[in-house]
Amino acid sequence: MWLKFEQRTEPSVLMRYLSPLIAVGLMLLSGMLIFAMLGKSPVTGFRIFFLNPLRDTYGVAELFLKATPLMLCAVGLSVGFRANVWNIGAEGQLLVGALAAGAVALHFPNSSSPFLLPAMVAAGALGGMVWAAIPAWLRTRFNANEILTSLMLVYVAQLMLSWLVHGPWMDPEGFNFPQTKLFQPHALLPILVPGTRVNAALFLAVGALIAGWVFMNRSFMGYQMKVAGQAENAGRYAGFSARRAIWLGMLVGGGMAGIAGMSEVAGPVGQITEHISPGYGFAAMIVAFVGRLNPIGIFFSSLLLALLYMGGEQAQQYLALPYSISNVFQGMLLFFLLASDVFINFRPRLAGRRK
Amino acid sequence: MRKVYPSVVANDGVDLTVLPGEIHAVVGENGAGKSTLMKAIYGVIRPDAGELRWEGRVVTIANPAQARELGIGMVFQHFSLFETLTVAQNVALAMPGKFDLATLSRRIVEVSERYGLPVDPRRLVHALSVGERQRVEIIRCLLQNPRLLILDEPTSVLTPQAVRKLFQTLRQLASEGVSILYISHKLDEIQELCHTATILRGGKVTGTCVPAQETTKTLARMMIGEDLPVIHHGEPTAGGEVRLRIDGLTQPTEDPFGIQLKDIHLEVRSGEIVGIAGVSGNGQQELLKAISGEQPLAQKHAVQVCGVSAGKMNASRRRSLGMCFVPEERLGRGAVPRLTLTENILLTAYRKGMTVSGMIRFGAARRFTQECIRRFDVRCGGANSEAKSLSGGNLQKFIVGREIMQEPKLLVLAQPTWGVDVGAASFIRRQLLELRNAGTAVLVISEELDELFEICDRLVVIAKGTLSPTKITSETGVEEIGVWMSGMWPATPGDGTHVA
Repeated sequence: MWLKFEQRTEPSVLMRYLSPLIAVGLMLLSGMLIFAMLGKSPVTGFRIFFLNPLRDTYGVAELFLKATPLMLCAVGLSVGFRANVWNIGAEGQLLVGALAAGAVALHFPNSSSPFLLPAMVAAGALGGMVWAAIPAWLRTRFNANEILTSLMLVYVAQLMLSWLVHGPWMDPEGFNFPQTKLFQPHALLPILVPGTRVNAALFLAVGALIAGWVFMNRSFMGYQMKVAGQAENAGRYAGFSARRAIWLGMLVGGGMAGIAGMSEVAGPVGQITEHISPGYGFAAMIVAFVGRLNPIGIFFSSLLLALLYMGGEQAQQYLALPYSISNVFQGMLLFFLLASDVFINFRPRLAGRRK
Repeated sequence: MRKVYPSVVANDGVDLTVLPGEIHAVVGENGAGKSTLMKAIYGVIRPDAGELRWEGRVVTIANPAQARELGIGMVFQHFSLFETLTVAQNVALAMPGKFDLATLSRRIVEVSERYGLPVDPRRLVHALSVGERQRVEIIRCLLQNPRLLILDEPTSVLTPQAVRKLFQTLRQLASEGVSILYISHKLDEIQELCHTATILRGGKVTGTCVPAQETTKTLARMMIGEDLPVIHHGEPTAGGEVRLRIDGLTQPTEDPFGIQLKDIHLEVRSGEIVGIAGVSGNGQQELLKAISGEQPLAQKHAVQVCGVSAGKMNASRRRSLGMCFVPEERLGRGAVPRLTLTENILLTAYRKGMTVSGMIRFGAARRFTQECIRRFDVRCGGANSEAKSLSGGNLQKFIVGREIMQEPKLLVLAQPTWGVDVGAASFIRRQLLELRNAGTAVLVISEELDELFEICDRLVVIAKGTLSPTKITSETGVEEIGVWMSGMWPATPGDGTHVA
């Protein structure tokens, strides 16, 4: 018998939505296998990794807290991804957004204005957009591949952040730790549930998901981006501007990542340090694809990825496994997703041996 | 032979016998099952039931490589060439044995000269026109000395002279004992060339005949099951106001293998159909992009649409002036394959009240789509079908319908009926004539001379990036235009630049 892949006449809608679930299932199975190979009980491993983080209100609140920057980044990225604008640099845009928002907070240490937080959100968005504008400009002006330029700018952003917190922005009373002063209370996002860390940025993220859904599915500009992504020549034939699609895709992605950065420094971190983001900008790409570039899907997939981050911390604490186990799970999820996506366009069939 | 697809029985008990040295026509409308039958013979698909005997032996052909080994070659209607590779590399991919590009290139040149199919083996396929790509496909087959050659609509993009040359080639091959399966819906060609014909309709054989003993009319009836409507051209008109003026358009090309447009002058007036004839690859693509705005120009005045200088405008702004455009490629240019028909209506027809403050009015788009499907008899699963799921002819009807329903002042069409079956082609031509009678200016760029002679009021020829003088259709003939298509037209008094 042979296993053959036959092209489907129509891409399977069922598989399109089943594929992320299959990927999650396979990730869980392989995860348990890995636990077993590391000499841990798979059942205990599963419990600690996936159930332990959610055992109380605090845990659930943490899940939403960690999902917030993922939602923001992923919904922004998916706008571009749908138009074949491959912004890989959300991590850098997130950091620059955090720096810009932090600059506003540090510049007004005594302000109690209700406009301080909105100004920080705006500054964060602007910072991310400026960082994303560089690859957009390089692409439209010089046709430079935005995958490379946006990725390289991540490292520039990281070094810039590092220089600022080691140098000009370092807290003089901070015992020489590479970090800024703590933000003043009016520059911190309000907490939603007392006793937890989940904050108002969650509303921003959910608002962004709704706006993203309307933009992608109902607006004519979103439609033009879809055409540009699927058939460039059809876009040119219709007279839709390819440049505009690139600029919009990059700027929306950068702006959202910037807001995500703001939500971190004005939220759980409360200051600018070298460790603002545990790779949210990169994980957001997995979120976007597991969520099928669809805001509703992104909502759920960001919760899943947030759970992986928390599971990693738990595994570190209770199983004495390295934190990088989170990255292993992220990697497996993406790998299995790409593999099961094959079944959207192809049907496996057992064929008899050639006569 | 029987082959069932999820939605349709493509072949239903089809019998076909081809003798050595016979040129055998397989005739039928789009969707009649011709391509399925050929693909089964060539090993692209596996039939669900039936038996295939090759030189008396029962064989199962698992894949095209095995078919080629047996001595079966095929030229597809939809080309199977890799766009990023050169002609020689593409041919090399289909050749068994050692990979030797230099020798192969020489053989390509030999064969192409012998059979009158000029093509440069070093050129990249993406830069070739449809007609040139087809030549590559034919040459690729001939290089393998097949004993059965399958040709799917081979003449649709050739000049009359080149068709005759191809026919000579095919007759020569047949006399050497090669069997030829010739798929076409051009009945006059079949009568001229083929010894026997098998006619398919709806997946079944509806008859076999000797084409020379039939008339075009009786063949057509067997093929579509009814008589073709007669096209009434009406009186040729001089036209009214100028809707499209191309004034001294000179456009260098960025593509190293592209054609440079040289000092093009053309006027299209309301109420007339102007046709541009020419062998593909003589500047049609470049001219079309310059007219449509897909390639905006440096000179503002070189293209004027409805009296407005539009040279620098993109396609969308030119449409706002009242121009509509049907491109040569349907999937990927005229329509987005993975989007529904409703979404594809939006592509150009959104101006017809389908957006309000940046948001899409899907209701309006759906009504427009349903109207288009109904009026232009688009066979599909409904407004929510993906464009990709439609057959070539039906998608063409859809795109032509979409553009016509926008009530353009100027309609530009490239290859309006390429690969479309006779019934649908005649329908599209009638629509164009109706549009002209209603006062629209129509410009048709086509490689099918019969079509141009059937519908155009005036004709002009494009060759090597320049335009010939215009001729009133009734005052010229296929012979003259055919000669002009090779670039040889007389100089017009006071305008010596047009000598080629």
